[in-house]
Amino acid sequence: NNNSFWLQIHFVLLISRQGKVRLTKWYSPYSQKERSKVIRELSGVIISRAPKLCNFVEWRGFKVVYKRYASLYFCICNDQEDNELETLAIIHHYVETLDRYFGSVCELDLIFNFHKAYFILDEILLAGAMQETSKRTTLRLIGAQEDLVEAAKEEASSLSNIIAQATK
Amino acid sequence: MNPFSSGTRLRDMIRAIRACKTAAEERAVVRKECAAIRAAINENDQDYRHRNLAKLMFIHMLGYPTHFGQMECLKLIASPGFPEKRIGYLGLMLLLDERQEVLMLVTNSLKQDLNHTNQYIVGLALCALGNICSAEMARDLAPEVERLLQFRDPNIRKKAALCSIRIIKKVPDLAENFINPATALLREKHHGVLITGVQLCTDLCKISTEALEHIRKKCTDGLVRTLKDLANSPYSPEYDIAGITDPFLHIRLLKLLRVLGEGDADASDSMNDILAQVATKTESNKVAGNAILYECVQTIMSIEDNGGLRVLAINILGRFLSNRDNNIRYVALNMLMKAVSADAQAVQRHRATILECVKDSDASIRKRALELVYVLVNETNVKPLAKELIDYLEVSDLDFRGDLTAKICSIVAKFSPEKIWYIDQMLKVLAGNFVKDEVWYALIVVISNASELHGYTVRALYRAFQTSAEQESLVRVTVWCIGEYGDMLVNNVGMLDIEDPITVTESDAVDIIEIAIKRHASDLTTKAMALVALLKLSSRFPSCSERIREIIVQFKGSFVLELQQRAIEFNSIIAKHQNIRSTLVERMPVLDEATFIGRRAGSLPGAASTATIPSVSLPNGVAKPVAPLVDLLDLSSDDAPAPSSSGGGDLLQDLLGVDLTPASQQSGAGQASKSGNDVLLDLLSIGSPSVPSSSSAVDILSSNSSNKAPVSPLDDLSSLSLSSKTTSNAAPMMDLLDGLASSPPTENNGPVYPSITAFESSSLRLTFNFSKQPGNPQTAVIQATFMNLSSNTYTDFVFQAAVPKFLQLHLDPASSNTLPAAGNGSITQNLKITNSQHGKKSLVMRIRIAYKINGKDTLEEGQVNNFPRDL
Repeated sequence: NNNSFWLQIHFVLLISRQGKVRLTKWYSPYSQKERSKVIRELSGVIISRAPKLCNFVEWRGFKVVYKRYASLYFCICNDQEDNELETLAIIHHYVETLDRYFGSVCELDLIFNFHKAYFILDEILLAGAMQETSKRTTLRLIGAQEDLVEAAKEEASSLSNIIAQATK
Repeated sequence: MNPFSSGTRLRDMIRAIRACKTAAEERAVVRKECAAIRAAINENDQDYRHRNLAKLMFIHMLGYPTHFGQMECLKLIASPGFPEKRIGYLGLMLLLDERQEVLMLVTNSLKQDLNHTNQYIVGLALCALGNICSAEMARDLAPEVERLLQFRDPNIRKKAALCSIRIIKKVPDLAENFINPATALLREKHHGVLITGVQLCTDLCKISTEALEHIRKKCTDGLVRTLKDLANSPYSPEYDIAGITDPFLHIRLLKLLRVLGEGDADASDSMNDILAQVATKTESNKVAGNAILYECVQTIMSIEDNGGLRVLAINILGRFLSNRDNNIRYVALNMLMKAVSADAQAVQRHRATILECVKDSDASIRKRALELVYVLVNETNVKPLAKELIDYLEVSDLDFRGDLTAKICSIVAKFSPEKIWYIDQMLKVLAGNFVKDEVWYALIVVISNASELHGYTVRALYRAFQTSAEQESLVRVTVWCIGEYGDMLVNNVGMLDIEDPITVTESDAVDIIEIAIKRHASDLTTKAMALVALLKLSSRFPSCSERIREIIVQFKGSFVLELQQRAIEFNSIIAKHQNIRSTLVERMPVLDEATFIGRRAGSLPGAASTATIPSVSLPNGVAKPVAPLVDLLDLSSDDAPAPSSSGGGDLLQDLLGVDLTPASQQSGAGQASKSGNDVLLDLLSIGSPSVPSSSSAVDILSSNSSNKAPVSPLDDLSSLSLSSKTTSNAAPMMDLLDGLASSPPTENNGPVYPSITAFESSSLRLTFNFSKQPGNPQTAVIQATFMNLSSNTYTDFVFQAAVPKFLQLHLDPASSNTLPAAGNGSITQNLKITNSQHGKKSLVMRIRIAYKINGKDTLEEGQVNNFPRDL
């Protein structure tokens, strides 16, 4: 397998304790069919692991690093040779960023604002590699983009106001 | 406006789905939403397109099909506004994968967005490209990305750097374009740009040696300085994790230094100091610190050797190993595995701790530890380690036992100092019933070769059977050994000092076989083996002969064809062929260890189980296994047959064989320098014309060299008992009727193909005449001529022949089925043999001739191995 040579993240999964998928991010080519198979298989393995065991599972020649925060399992699939402890730190970094963004984040935040969880992840990881290590920078970039969205909304509503008034 | 889609907001849909009590309810809600979204798509609704796509993403995560929304992503990406593009790109990454052709359509939009004036839109495009770009897209868009590596805003530069990684992975040819802009990033202060630049350089080095040389030469010192500055930097809240500034950057720098230092003494030298500093100064009480230490150890182990640093690294791992945190112990085991090749001694010091980890409650740790123990075993520590593992086997988790058993068997087979210890350990392991078939095959081969231990082994098995009669593999080995060595069990032959004498009657021994054959759980193989054992015992224990016949008779009605057939055949041997029975069931000749080991090394797991049985082409077209014993332990049936009997002549012939195969001689000579003892054995197996020479010899060589052990003890033993080997090489091929066969060694090496006497007995002579069709050297046409040497006419004359797998045999009809007496005529029959290994292996054939004298059945069998060498 040529992939193991790269030491990259292959995918990120967020699974609830009930096995519901809350976020999936794929950095290696998996077809849609493979994706659902991977999710099914892995959630079975990870959710059934007893607490206090180590956070690493060897799976199909890869290494899955997972950590449970409240009701959610954060999982990152890496190459066998990669630094598992660092991956654990990456998970924690992401969780802390989410926490700062939402203000003590909970599963419901990530359900109703799943797209935001994705946007934040996309500012931290890209192409299966670490993109930004400063939470502040990440959140600043997210903030700037949300401002853009707000501005666009206002423009749209003022535009529709003008149209509405003009056609009155 | 669409009447459906206007209704629910994303939030409302999520609520409605969460409120569902059953899966059916959820499906209904999703179906309704999907219908509305499809309707909106059909009407090309623009106002709610991004809301609909967001809904689809949520539905997608629940596992429902959403392919119909793929085009919506493209439409959103193509729209001018930032919010639409943002959700469009997100949908693209989630709903599509890089193999889908739709993706090609997005290349143009991506190109435009990479050139957009709004940097956040550029960022979105880079993100999408980095996560799902295909090789075609990489080629099309590489120039844009390359340009963006110099973009004014660092947040775009860092995205472009990671995007470049994806591009060079997809199209390695593009790597050299990125070398210069990538190294420029290493001088940046912005952590995001720096860390992405470091990662890009690391991957460039892996792809292109040009890049590696360049970066090693130009950047090593700078990187060392950067790491030093980082390690010494004062507290910075923005990047601080557990008192360490940016551990992620630490780790990526260490990774790149590892790539640069590997195989280059100068570069390694220049990073020694900083590695030592990181290894000693990093706080190890949090995940982040340990992650850095772990990475640092990995770098120290990979770069050119520096004794002091290695000691430091192994000590860190030692500390990790005694850590209470499972994660830390796990990575320590992982890393020690890599350290073994660098410094096995140092790792050995932690053996006891590692052994404890094999018994951990955590499966991940157990697995790592077992792999590590496996590589730590050597001749000196095999006994205590194997004992620990075997003791643990009894109490370990069921799903771990398979792995554990396999490893124990492998360790024991590889390093056992003496055969008796090997046999003892294997009996313990067999009692655990998790062994694969190869394991007990191998055990039988070893037992068969240890003639001084036959008595001991059969008695030990007898005892083990009393407590572990449920374990299939143990039962099989016991049945086989009692069949072979039952007399030693009863008479306490070859008693060792360490044994307690036991009293076993003949009937006790038969009891064991009877239990095995009647046990409900026994499978076909076990039962078939038990039948053979019974046949053998019927001759060895005349007092039990009648009882044995009764047991065998019960299987005449077996629904399993194999058992039925054996029972009928054996019954008739016992009933009608008293005179030949004892010859028939003689002890198996010693099994050829070298061939077995060679085969195992050659075709790794399952070698023995995939061995195929040479089939006899019976006149009526039914293929049937040749001889029961051979097919039970069919160890070398698709090898060519063995050399003919007498020792001295063979040796000469073997040496000749060596001369004829210079290539294999070389490999033999190479071996000579390594291990004097083995060379004779090798020469023999290489040279004997009939063993599939060079390949199996090479197998033996390769298995030896990979073991890194000069000579494995088992090989030693076998080469010591060389003389017995030579005579018994034929063993695995012979069937149990071989005792009758006479094989006149009329070796003939003439350039044309002279006739041979293929078979001769007091009553019958068979000669073979050879010819070849021009242009088809693989195929030999044989005319067989049968001569009756007796004064009786033979009727119902049938000739059968069997060949190993590499040959193909075609039998024409015989000229007659009546053979007149006293040479007053003959029967001729044409055979056509095609040799798929022509030039490598010689022909060989087993024959069976059946006829009637005055209505009484007569059977003669034999093996033809005096075919002209190059036929």
